[in-house]
Amino acid sequence: MNAFKLWYHKLGSPPYFYLFAGYIRPWLWAIALLLTAVGLYGGLVLAPPDYQQGDAFRIIYVHVPAAWMSLFIYGVMAVSAFIAVIWKPKMAEVLAMESAPIGAAFTLIALVTGSLWGKPTWGTYWTWDARLTSELVLLFIYLGVIGLYHAFENPRQGARAASFLAIIGAVNLPIVHYSVVWWNTLHQGTTVRYFGPSDIVPSMLWPLLVMTIATKFYYGASLMDRSRVALLSLERGKDWVSEVVRTERADG
Amino acid sequence: MSAHDNTAQPPNAANAFAGVLRRDLLLAWRRRGDALLPVLYAVIVATLFPFALGPEHALLARIAGGVVLLTVLLAMLLALDALFRGDLEDGALEQMLLAPQPLALLVTARMLAYWLVTALPLLLVAPLLAYMLGLPPAVQPVLLLAMLLATALLALLGTVLTALTVATRRSGMLLALMLLPLAVPIVIFAAGAVGAAQQGLPWVAPVAWLAAALALAVVLAPLACATALRIALDS
Repeated sequence: MNAFKLWYHKLGSPPYFYLFAGYIRPWLWAIALLLTAVGLYGGLVLAPPDYQQGDAFRIIYVHVPAAWMSLFIYGVMAVSAFIAVIWKPKMAEVLAMESAPIGAAFTLIALVTGSLWGKPTWGTYWTWDARLTSELVLLFIYLGVIGLYHAFENPRQGARAASFLAIIGAVNLPIVHYSVVWWNTLHQGTTVRYFGPSDIVPSMLWPLLVMTIATKFYYGASLMDRSRVALLSLERGKDWVSEVVRTERADG
Repeated sequence: MSAHDNTAQPPNAANAFAGVLRRDLLLAWRRRGDALLPVLYAVIVATLFPFALGPEHALLARIAGGVVLLTVLLAMLLALDALFRGDLEDGALEQMLLAPQPLALLVTARMLAYWLVTALPLLLVAPLLAYMLGLPPAVQPVLLLAMLLATALLALLGTVLTALTVATRRSGMLLALMLLPLAVPIVIFAAGAVGAAQQGLPWVAPVAWLAAALALAVVLAPLACATALRIALDS
């Protein structure tokens, strides 16, 4: 077994993951905060005002990364849920279940910032537009996963049931999205493209990309912190937890 | 049961399917008053809409299809909660899990029984509700066709989600939170077909989408339901 494979398998063990997460979390937090500061300075100060929307457009530096993260985290959650249901490793269950509240929070941020932006631009806080509606449905699906997880007395059983729900949701999400698009659409089309030129000037684009990377690191940092707490709670009867508690108490 | 019954061959898959279906229908028939409750619920909820929105005919006729659809959806949701509860309490569900026949087949019988007991009476009363709300008679066949497909889809999806919550207490509200977001496409396509027919537009496309989804769900939902039951009861 080579070194990487060995390290990967070790990560599946809660005590090892706890140590590893504790080691990388300060770095993730530092990078997330630094990139957020740079991205917000670039977006709120350096980028020129939009010729139509004025300064109101600047909310995209929060809104767009949050909306992307709401889907990205669902993807991460669905993949670890899939692993949790098929191979049943404890860490995959923990990562899937601790991703859900972060994803729900990003979804809520995307919805709130979107409606704040909608008021000056569209003249209303809420409209039954396709993307708004499917984002709202995404929030409900996140809440369903979180609710199912907490409905079980045995957290591992709850994690597996909620993981299965997350997989069903992942199958259903594209259907929800396209059916809602078919139903109604008002939201602007895609502006930023991976391939080909984007419809946005570079001075407005780079802070957006920096913010996108910053939110990824924030997610990583938050996930590490949440998983550490969840592991301490799930494994509270185990020796390694009492040892962690003893050493941390000794450190003050 | 005598001792030499133990050596008998287990019934084949078709007999097991028929056995579960017959048992479920017989249980429903012995408590046929319970089967009427969702129908009563749907009638009462549909009656409340004119009180809330006013008796104006044009408005009611425009929303009739959607109101009937949502009323039926909520009535089906009410009946879902009890789907596996009795079997869980008396241990029959564990026997189904242990049975030599595939669990997916046995839950298919349960899904079919649920649809026959809950959705079929609702489908019978739906045209009456739609007529009372002023849906044009020419649109009735489209409403019925869309609801036929939509209720079958809801029964399949609902059974899977109920299986996941079977071991939890107070699952009613949770089930609504889980089912309703996932039912959004079903509502959109079914109501879309009725709305299109009402405006004289072609309505085949949304109905065809529902039918395609049903074909997929009939294959996947029993397997998903069996997996969900094994996850929820594995302790």
